[in-house]
Amino acid sequence: MQADDLDQVIAIDARVTGVEKTDYWYEVFHRYGTRGGRQRFCFVAELDGAVEGFVVGEVRDWEFGEPPCGWVFGISVRPEARLGGVATRLLETICGAFRSAGVTKVRTLIARDNHLVLSFFRSQGMMAAPFIPLEIDIA
Amino acid sequence: MKLQKSTSLALVSVLEAAANPDRQVAAAEIAEKYDVSPHHLAKVLRELGRAGIMESARGVGGGYRFTGNARRLTLMDLIELFEDLSGRAGDEERIAATAEDRALGRVLAEIDEIARATFRSITIDTMLKLVERERHAAAAPQAAAV
Ligand SMILES: CC(C)(COP(=O)(O)OP(=O)(O)OC[C@H]1O[C@@H](n2cnc3c(N)ncnc32)[C@H](O)[C@@H]1OP(=O)(O)O)[C@@H](O)C(=O)NCCC(=O)NCCS
Repeated sequence: MQADDLDQVIAIDARVTGVEKTDYWYEVFHRYGTRGGRQRFCFVAELDGAVEGFVVGEVRDWEFGEPPCGWVFGISVRPEARLGGVATRLLETICGAFRSAGVTKVRTLIARDNHLVLSFFRSQGMMAAPFIPLEIDIA
Repeated sequence: MKLQKSTSLALVSVLEAAANPDRQVAAAEIAEKYDVSPHHLAKVLRELGRAGIMESARGVGGGYRFTGNARRLTLMDLIELFEDLSGRAGDEERIAATAEDRALGRVLAEIDEIARATFRSITIDTMLKLVERERHAAAAPQAAAV
């Protein structure tokens, strides 16, 4: 991901999630882009210079007592560019980066009602991890 | 999680047929392989036919073919033809008179929610890949253990 991809990434994310998060994406780019180092990654898929989709993730060490693994935080493809294998290639790319960073397991966390993204990750062979996410209102 | 007999029969029949969409699968073959009565299987296949997922060829052999879209048809789509997984806990909550009942209902509802999300996100195409993986794992048990 390059600095001049950011506007398109922000636009895709805003269309997909309905919320424009400009500051957030500049922050992500700062931490995961050029300065990401060997643990944090973000990639875009481009066609004729236009951004078709992006993926963001990082390697996390010994979180919850688990050996280091790769985490995919977000993946989105422009609606017009879907079902052409773009997300499959983005995931392959970030998995390649995780592998180079020395991890052999990749995880992600998805809203239970996001059937589209769940179906995508399932189609890539991902299965339920041995964790249960929990939450509580503390207001 | 346990599915009713008809439901699991429908799922394996669809998987058998979807793996070879160009070929007719003989009902008798499936009945024997899964040790079920041909009568029970025929009922299940009729239901799948009505839903446009299977097409039966008349005549000798009584074969059938998968006519659904394996990349879009989910386990939930099939399960819903045979049993009702919706709002089981919701019903319990409505009739739950005590706080104890309601607390239990909440926990059961959590489990149901996860089951439904899982069935909804797995397509027949994804299942076929899983079947292949199982086949490989069975063929190479040592590799699977690593
Ligand atoms: C999920 C998403 C990333 C998939 O992108 P994509 O480029 O269309 O995916 P691919 O073309 O690589 O599809 C790979 C497989 O995923 C599955 N899949 C993708 N879209 C699907 C759909 N609409 N229904 C069912 N399965 C689907 C299929 O198995 C597909 O393989 P197939 O084309 O052989 O059937 C895209 O739909 C998207 O951006 N959705 C919104 C993302 C979002 O909500 N992000 C916020 C939270 S992270």
